Parts: sequence; C-alpha cells; structure tokens
Amino acid sequence: MNPSNYLVLSAVLFTIGAMTVLLRRNAVIAFMGVELMLNATNLALVTFSRMNGDLVGQTLAFFVMVVAAAEVVVGLAIIVAIFRTRQSASVDDVNLMKG
Amino acid sequence: MSALAAAPVLGSAPVLTALAETLTETGRTTTGEAVLFWVIAPVMVVAALGLLFARKAVHAALSVVLVMISLAFLYVAQDAVFLGIVQVVVYTGAVMMLFLFVLMLVGVDASDTLVETIRGQRWIGWLAGVGLGAVLVGVVGGTVYAPATGLAEANADSNPVGVARLVFGEYVFAFEVVGALLVTAALGALVLTHHERLLPRRGQRERADARVKAGATLTPPPAPGVYAQRNAMDVPALDPQGRPLEHSVSRVLRARGQAADAPPVLPAADADEGSRR
Repeated sequence: MNPSNYLVLSAVLFTIGAMTVLLRRNAVIAFMGVELMLNATNLALVTFSRMNGDLVGQTLAFFVMVVAAAEVVVGLAIIVAIFRTRQSASVDDVNLMKG
Repeated sequence: MSALAAAPVLGSAPVLTALAETLTETGRTTTGEAVLFWVIAPVMVVAALGLLFARKAVHAALSVVLVMISLAFLYVAQDAVFLGIVQVVVYTGAVMMLFLFVLMLVGVDASDTLVETIRGQRWIGWLAGVGLGAVLVGVVGGTVYAPATGLAEANADSNPVGVARLVFGEYVFAFEVVGALLVTAALGALVLTHHERLLPRRGQRERADARVKAGATLTPPPAPGVYAQRNAMDVPALDPQGRPLEHSVSRVLRARGQAADAPPVLPAADADEGSRR
C-alpha cells in the first residue's frame, strides 16, 4: 500500500468536517466538525512527515493539537454564554447584530 | 540505539528493528499496516458520516470519539508514537469529554432546527461540500509523490526524543507562545462563563423570612391519614373538629381524582368498617 492513501483518507475526513460545519445547525455539532477538520489536517501532517523522513510535520501536528485545545475551551465557553442568555444552542438564533 | 540507527541491522535487536522499520525499500507499507488501514479507514469514514447525520448530539459526539481513537491507531502505525498517545490524552480524553460536558449543560435534546434562515443554504452547503471533497480527493489522490523515506532515521533516538529536540530546539519560541495562548484561553473561558450577580443571593434564610412575611402556613402541612380510619396516602387527614383536610393529600392524587373520601369518625361507622374488612 502506498502511504498516500492516508492523504486521501485525510481529505475525505476534512470534507465531512467541512460539510458538518456548513449543514448542521446545532452549534456544538458544528464545532465538532471544526475539530474533525483539524484532526484530518493532523493526519495529513503526520503522513507527510513520514513520507519526507522529517519530524517537523509531527511537531506541527503537536502545535495544532495544543491550539485546538485552546480553541475548544474558548469556543465552548462562548456557546455556554450564548446558551445562558438565549436558551438555545442553534446557530440560527444568534442574530442580534442583524439590522 | 546504534542498532536502531542503522535500520536494516538484523539480529542484535530484532524486535526494535521490526518496530522501526515500517516501510519497505520501495517506500511502500508492510502488509500488516495495509490491513490495519483498510480495516480502520472505513470505520473512520462511517463514524465521521455519523457526525454529519446523527439526529442526537450525543451520538455525534461518540462517533467523533471513535474517529479520534482510530486516528491514534493510525498515528502509531505511522511511527508517530508520541502523537498517538497525545491524541488519546488530549483529544479523546480532554476535548471530547469537554464537549460531552457542554452537551449535558446545554441540554441533550437540543436538536437541529429545520428552518432555513438563508434560502437554499442546505443545497448550497451540499454542493460546496461535495465539490470540496471532489477537488481535494482528486488533487491529493492524483499527485505522484516521491518514494516515501520513512522515519527510521529520524526516530533513531525514539520518536518522543526526536520530537522534543524540535519542540525545545528549533521551535522553542512557538512553544512559549503556545503556552501563553493556553493561559489566555483558560482566563478567557473564566471571563466568558462568569456572570455578575444583579440581585442579592436568596438563600434559605431569605426565603423563610419571605414566607413568614407573606403569612403562609409556617408548620409543615398535615400528613394524609392522620386521625382518619386508615392512614393510606389517598385518605385526607382530619382536623380536631373531624373535618377532612383536603390539602393533606398529595396534589398529584387530587389532580388525578384518586383521593378517597374521608371516612366518618363515628364509633358505629368504625365497627361497620371493621366488619366489612
């Protein structure tokens, strides 16, 4: 098997994550789609690292993981704050700025 | 370690060499890894589709957990042992559990609305998603890559050591910045979820004072069946004058119409009741 199969799998996962963000209305689920996209990118980075025989790809994947953890903390805090004021977790209800 | 550095050495440390050598000379994976990939990849894609189609948010979260654990397997298979462990600890252990916490907080039954705020958004979303997938898979799958080198040389001093040399060496500034980012994120989450108390706190004492001021009954309500012929839950208690106290029976039973009538307290009636039993 050619290692580039991992890249195709990573592309498929990234697409499914992007479609989740586009199609689902629940904010928590859309956020999980973002996580899936980040994970797919990590898989691509690890595969490239192996194909090139260089650990920089793995280092980058490690930094992506840390930044994703920080992003999850802030994002979920925002979702909880919105839920407290609007009693809803749907992305459609956050339209206070609409004229 | 030197046996590992020269990957094709056989005999001295056969197990370690077998672990380090996951690519053949032509840059193709071993059969074992191919089997692992073709077993895990369909599971991952199906679980990811579960995120897209699951009706309940908890099911979506659990399928994402499945995807992330499978990813950890693939990382270990690809000589990224450190990332495989971090994937389990950080993503499956911390991030997804945080997601589940928030799902419980927000309400498990918070389902999707089917109202379209932007007209045709669903169709445009499907079209854009399928288009993105076609472009990505086409480009990534169609590219011809150089034969894979493998990480046997880079992982000569074990994978965590190799990654640590880069993180604490070449990328140490990025590492410091990421540390600052994590502290900022924790503080941001604290600020975002903190809310100012607009009214003074209403504790037990304040509520008791309010009850006394409103003139409500201070004692506990009478228990059902007290001084009546039977002490079943549906029989109202009797007051000292022998009148039934309707509010001693549970509100639910009264609403259902299941409260029994209070039996008369006369001795004759008592005897009558006894003979009937």
